[in-house]
Amino acid sequence: MQKGLKNLFRGNYLFTAGCVICLFWVVMAVFAHIIAPYDPIAQNLSVKLQAPSAAHLFGTDNFGRDIFSRVIYGGRYSLMAGILTVLIAMAIGSVYGAAAGYIGGAIDNVMMRISEMILSFPSLILAMCINAALGSNLFNTMFALIIVAWPSYARLMRSVVLTVKENQYIEAAEALGASRMRILLHEIFPNSISSIIVMATTDLGNQILMFSTLSFLGLGSAPPTPEWGMMVSDGVSYFNKFWVAGFPGLAIFTMAVGANFIGDGLRDILDPKLRKQM
Amino acid sequence: MERLKFIGKRLVTLLIMLIGVATIVFILTKLVPGDPVTANLSQRSLSDPKIVEAYKVRYGLDKPVIVQYFYYIRNLLRLDLGTSIRTNRPVLEELKRCYPATMELAIFAILVAAVFGVLFGIISALRRNSVIDQIVRAISVVGVSIPSFWFALIVLFVFYYKLRAMPGPGRLSSFYAAPPTVTGFYTIDALLQGNIMKFGDALMHLILPGCVLAAFTMGLITRTTRSNMLDVMSTDYIRTARAKGAPKRRVVFHHALGNAMIPVLTVIGLGLGNLLGGMVLVETIFSWPGVGQFAYESVKALDYPSIIGVSLLIALNYMVINTIVDILYGVIDPRVRRR
Repeated sequence: MQKGLKNLFRGNYLFTAGCVICLFWVVMAVFAHIIAPYDPIAQNLSVKLQAPSAAHLFGTDNFGRDIFSRVIYGGRYSLMAGILTVLIAMAIGSVYGAAAGYIGGAIDNVMMRISEMILSFPSLILAMCINAALGSNLFNTMFALIIVAWPSYARLMRSVVLTVKENQYIEAAEALGASRMRILLHEIFPNSISSIIVMATTDLGNQILMFSTLSFLGLGSAPPTPEWGMMVSDGVSYFNKFWVAGFPGLAIFTMAVGANFIGDGLRDILDPKLRKQM
Repeated sequence: MERLKFIGKRLVTLLIMLIGVATIVFILTKLVPGDPVTANLSQRSLSDPKIVEAYKVRYGLDKPVIVQYFYYIRNLLRLDLGTSIRTNRPVLEELKRCYPATMELAIFAILVAAVFGVLFGIISALRRNSVIDQIVRAISVVGVSIPSFWFALIVLFVFYYKLRAMPGPGRLSSFYAAPPTVTGFYTIDALLQGNIMKFGDALMHLILPGCVLAAFTMGLITRTTRSNMLDVMSTDYIRTARAKGAPKRRVVFHHALGNAMIPVLTVIGLGLGNLLGGMVLVETIFSWPGVGQFAYESVKALDYPSIIGVSLLIALNYMVINTIVDILYGVIDPRVRRR
């Protein structure tokens, strides 16, 4: 096991870097209340818009709030929204896609066309509309992201299931008299899940970006929640004070890079065809 | 004949999908709380029962939902998208005004993304696991991970505010008047006007937003090109070509590239479709008077007729591009047609 882990990280620099970055943010988010030197929402107008210094590592914003503390707390929202969105979208999409692929025929056709219609919508605008119509808060933002995200999983799952279905062990299970449900849950699902997991890891970076984008557009939680996207949009009005938008943006960027590095690395590891070439 | 049948089949699918998207939009508007009459008419018109009645009859709001649906489809077929609540002008006119600005930016961005993406992908694949490969891979990951609104602020801060090397937001510098509208693309219209300086100015204004917009798609194109080139380069026919003594450059560009490009074409097509959706941020930050900015303003004002119009336009765009790519696919690769 230990040797396997060592092999996993050896020579796969980007994957290792991704793990380190993500671990860093997880630690920051979990221990935010210990690490952050200031209250993230406490205002202190006497020190507003100060440049980074020893007292305020990342400077202060227009309400005199410590940006370093806000960035550390902000990780909680981005990580939670990203992970929950991906998990729920993956669950819905996988079941839907697997069902469509396994049942086949006209039902498959209709189910896939429905998912394609959602896909053919501009995802950001659809999410914006759902959010604007329902009222913007953390829950609705995630709901909007899930609605937009699940069809991709459904399509991938369906195509994987179609391939797996042709294997002889499925035929064997059918010959043994296994029920459709049993074959779907015990044979097809476990054999299809690896590509879904790779997609989910890559998607995590995407969802973190989408979440911060919506919050940048003012469609996330209400202020003064320390959400990274919202903090960047606060900085737009203070264009010459680069730290106000700069550091929260850097946080979004590093977290997305970390997630994407892991996704890329996992794909290299799990895809035997690519591994042979490496 | 086989080819025509394939194209026909794709076009029929396109039509069905369009009606489907319009239906989803219709259902969404019915699910959203709020009365369309109060939403669409001004305060003064609302106090006049005659106007309210006329409005209801025109959009069939006095009929059951299923009849309303047919009215809605009929109005769509007549290209009547209703009137924007925010600007009080027909939505179709607003979209006609915004669309060329968006397309000009999108086409510029996809060209940048495709040229650099394919180039980086090829270099990366041919020098696999070298330092260059690692750098290119890192750049492509950065491209897909960077939040575009933040990237836009950075390039504006550096190239416009600090270095003063690039023009700021907008489509033209303020001392130029917009060229007379022929295509709606400022670069082309300026050329048609015979004004080279104005053409240069319009082009310069495209560079910053275009590059910000291109970053994400370029990352995707680089990755796809790299992995497909790797696949193709390890096939037997490439080994045969090398073995019979064909020079490497010829093998790469003549034998390998064509085959590796087929999936890349899909990514470029999908990329162009996605760019149109991703316009919202870039256009808002660069004050680009296009569909994205219009969409953002409409969503903020809960201007449903406009939101529906934008959604339909972008979905239509996406599906048309998809269909073109599918047809091209079939033309390039005969195996696809038989499926």
